[in-house]
Amino acid sequence: MEISMFKFARLRSARNLILVLSFVLVALVPRTSFALDVDVSGGRINPLPIAITPFLTGGGAEEAGVTLGEVISNNLARSGYFEPLPQNSFIEQITDFNQEPRFADWRQIQAKALVTGQVYVEGGKIRVEFKLFDVNSQQQIAAQQFSTSPKNLRRIGHLASDVIYKALTGIDGYFDTRIVYVDESGPKDQRVKKLAVMDQDGFNVRTLTDGEELVITPRFSPNSQEITYMSIGQGTPRVYLFNIETRQREIVGEFPNMSFAPRYSPDGQRVIMSLLTTDGRNSNIYEMDLRSRQLRQLTNTPAINTGPSYSPDGSQITFESDRGGTQQIYVMGVDGSGQNRISFGNGRYSTPVWSPDGKYIAFTKQAEGRFAIGVMAPDGSGERILTEGYHNEGPTWAPNGRVIMFFRDIPGENGGPQLYSVDITGYNEQQVQTPGFGSDPAWSPRLN
Amino acid sequence: MLRKLSGVKIAIALCCVLALTACSKKNTPNLEATNAGLGSGVSAPGSEADFATNVGDRVYFVVDQADLTTEAQETLRKQASWLQQYPGVSIQVEGHSDERGTREYNIALSARRATAAREFLIAQGVEASRISSIAYGKERPAALCDAEQCWSQNRRAVTVITGGARTS
Repeated sequence: MEISMFKFARLRSARNLILVLSFVLVALVPRTSFALDVDVSGGRINPLPIAITPFLTGGGAEEAGVTLGEVISNNLARSGYFEPLPQNSFIEQITDFNQEPRFADWRQIQAKALVTGQVYVEGGKIRVEFKLFDVNSQQQIAAQQFSTSPKNLRRIGHLASDVIYKALTGIDGYFDTRIVYVDESGPKDQRVKKLAVMDQDGFNVRTLTDGEELVITPRFSPNSQEITYMSIGQGTPRVYLFNIETRQREIVGEFPNMSFAPRYSPDGQRVIMSLLTTDGRNSNIYEMDLRSRQLRQLTNTPAINTGPSYSPDGSQITFESDRGGTQQIYVMGVDGSGQNRISFGNGRYSTPVWSPDGKYIAFTKQAEGRFAIGVMAPDGSGERILTEGYHNEGPTWAPNGRVIMFFRDIPGENGGPQLYSVDITGYNEQQVQTPGFGSDPAWSPRLN
Repeated sequence: MLRKLSGVKIAIALCCVLALTACSKKNTPNLEATNAGLGSGVSAPGSEADFATNVGDRVYFVVDQADLTTEAQETLRKQASWLQQYPGVSIQVEGHSDERGTREYNIALSARRATAAREFLIAQGVEASRISSIAYGKERPAALCDAEQCWSQNRRAVTVITGGARTS
């Protein structure tokens, strides 16, 4: 525990964020007591009933208490794994953070887990404490205390959500994360596209570019502070790096022809992308070392080779190629060796993205005029379609590999793309709220 | 039928709005040229309007193809001879795809289309140094319905005059 506290503090200071974790008490009960019975290949999930009591507040923190409760409740509900119970069904009213809950009262309303908490202001900072109880065993299974600037309140809610999710499912949470995407506005034939970043729950949207250039396919670096994307503006369309905090932009390379479809390596030291060949007819995949600026060519076929994505251990790359006639998914070694096709279903496969746990490759599939999002194993076996319709495209993984976000284009002259998420089981599809149209989402790694 | 008619009305209304918006912006040679060409049919020789109206500024492609159709080659031959008549004109060939594909692939496909048109113009004798090209993928559709009649207009390479044209 000391080690994780240290790591936490170090990372925070490195990113210049004012977020202090005062102490951590996590006494995990055996995970089997709650382990969700989730069958990845299609079993419906029974969400766990959880009672999130109103945060006790004082000293002007009333609004903060309401916000925290909402953030946690909405996160857990949106995951599909939890069912926050309505507060008007509660029998016991918690009035003292240190009181022992009357577990019988919580059992009676079918709650399996109980969250209590308090928030108060102390020296200009907000202090948050919460406890998580297993109602059946009557044990406290997690507790945590945070002290932070009031502007980080929602982040505290996400961190608390991550603790609760992990304690009850045994799976790492994904709530303290961000999404970078393309904010779209204006008529379809003159769309204005801006880079935007927001929290995973759709709050704190910030646009990062002014819309003068067409920006597409932003992707996070592993430290979540930089993104790489393609911009079509004046001159040759190119891949750029962009620092979210400083808003400084850097070109990846002055290549004679267009560069596109970039993505960071898992260690953040390299960017992989497509370059248009000098004859302007084909596209091959290259890897650039960001320190030495050395460029290495990985594919060399007269085809469109694009959409590269590394395996999480950095040893392999998946990409799409039409070298066999239509878009299909391939896997190769990180040095370009052993390029093998893995998609053999009926249709065209594209935009492959390796899952953070290495077990799956998510993709876009086009068949019979419809666009689906699916997953398959890296050897091409076990293809499953998660969602299907007029136009679904561009999957991205939550860092715990349980949720996929993508965009769906709504047809019609006044239609446009919107962001959606779906559980890896294919259940729990939800629209992700954005102020305007949104496309090309990319999920950040965990921030903490 | 009623539904269809009202759809058309909306489309017309939207076009008017678009045209107005376009005029208020500074950088829209294409739309102005097209508007000028409509109706009159008379435009100053060597002008952008002359090129768009009397030559044709775009060629269309088959689904997922970058090969030039016979019709496309015919248009490009006319473009080449017009460009040889006005040797001071420089152009950019914009490659586009329809919306029924994925973003990265469409960028590459539209680059192939721009290249095919550009190389044909060069083979017809237009100096390579006068022709740049750019790929827009599916980002700039020209026709906005969700049917093949529009998608076929969006799979295109458009020759845009970037300098040296006479003012009309």
